Amino acid sequence: MKNLKKLICLTGFLAAIIAMPAFAADPPIYEITIKDHRFEPSEIKIAANKPAILLVKNLDAEAEEFESMDLKVEKIIAGKSEGKIRLRALKPGRYKFEGEFNAKTAQGILIAE
Amino acid sequence: MLATLIIVFRELIEAGLVIGIVLTATRGVAHRGRWVGYGILGGILGACIVAVFADSIAGMMDGAGQESFNALVLAVAVVMLTWHNVWMARDGRHIAQEMKLLGEDVSQGRRSLMALAVVIGISVLREGAEIVLFLYGIALSSGNSAVAMIFGGIFGLTLGVATSALMYFGLLRLPTRHLFAVTSGLIALLAAGMASQAVLFLQQGGIVTIFSQTIWDISGILPEDSLVGKTLHTLIGYTDRPSGMQVAVYVATLGMIFSLMKLFGHPSSPSQPNRKSGTPVVTILP
Repeated sequence: MKNLKKLICLTGFLAAIIAMPAFAADPPIYEITIKDHRFEPSEIKIAANKPAILLVKNLDAEAEEFESMDLKVEKIIAGKSEGKIRLRALKPGRYKFEGEFNAKTAQGILIAE
Repeated sequence: MLATLIIVFRELIEAGLVIGIVLTATRGVAHRGRWVGYGILGGILGACIVAVFADSIAGMMDGAGQESFNALVLAVAVVMLTWHNVWMARDGRHIAQEMKLLGEDVSQGRRSLMALAVVIGISVLREGAEIVLFLYGIALSSGNSAVAMIFGGIFGLTLGVATSALMYFGLLRLPTRHLFAVTSGLIALLAAGMASQAVLFLQQGGIVTIFSQTIWDISGILPEDSLVGKTLHTLIGYTDRPSGMQVAVYVATLGMIFSLMKLFGHPSSPSQPNRKSGTPVVTILP
C-alpha cells in the first residue's frame, strides 16, 4: 500500500514536470526565407540563452533541407512551403546553417547574443 | 555533378554502415542475403513514397509531422535491434552455430532476420528519401543536365557501396569467438544512437521540451561534421553537443538492452562452457 502511494505520488510528480512546459509561453519566432537557393536574411540575430523558433519559408519550387550541425537541426522543407524548427537555448555565439541540397549558395549564419 | 555525387555518397554511407553491421551480425545465417535484399528494396520503395508525400507528412501534427515520423521510424528500429540482441542472447548464438554447421534454415533465425531487415529498410528509407527529394529538385531546376546528374549519382553510389564494403570486411576479420560480443555491442550502441537521435527530432518538433539544454560541448575536440565524427554519429550516435534528454535516453536504452539480454540470456547452454556463454556483451564495454 505504501509503495502504491509512493508510486502514485511519483507518477503525478513526473506528469507535472512533463506537462509544465506546455503551459510555458511560446518562444519567439524568427523568419528565414529561401529564394533562388539563398537564405534571406543570410545572417539572423536571435536572443541567446532561451529557446526560439525558426520559421523557414521556401519560396523555391524545389525542396530544400535546412541543416545545421551547429544548431543540431535538420528538416526538409518542401518546395513552396514552410516549416517550423524549434531551437534549444543557445549560448552566445555564431552558428552556421545551410541548405544541404544547394550548399553552394544556400549558406547562412545565426548569431545568438 | 559533384553536388549529386556528394549527397548520394553521404546519405548512402549512413545506410551502408547499418547494413554492414547487420551483415556482420548475421554471418553464417542461412538466407540472410535474401532478407537484406528485401530490406534494401523495401527501403527504396518506402523512400520514394515518403518523398512523394513529404509535403503532407510535414503538415501533420501541427507542423511537427516530419519530426514525429522520423522519431517513430527510429523508435521502431530501436525496438527491432533490441529484440534481435535479446534473441541472440537467449538462443541465437547456439542456433547460429548450428546453422553454420548444417546450413539449415531455422524458423527462429528467420524471425530475427526479419527484424533486422526492417532496420535496414528504415535506414535506407530515411537516407533514400533525402536522395530522392534532392534528385527531384535537381531534375526540376533548369541548368542541370540529366547526364551529369546520372553520372554523379552513379559515382556517389559506387563510392558509398565501396566504403561500406570496406567496413564490412574489416569487421569480418574479427575472430569468430569475439564476433558475438562485438556485434551485440555494436547493435546496442547503434540502437542507443538511434534513440538519442529520435529525441533530437522530438525536441526539434517541440514535442519533448524538458532537458533540451546542451549539457556539454566537445565540438572543439571532435567536431561532429568531421569524417570521424560523422562515422561515429552513425555507428554509436556520437554528437558533440548533446542535450540532457539525449544523454539520458542514450544511457537508458543501453541499460534496457543489456538488462533484457541478461534477463533472457541463458547463463549456460550445453554446447558452450560456462565461462564463455555467460554474458559476453559486458566484456566489450569499458
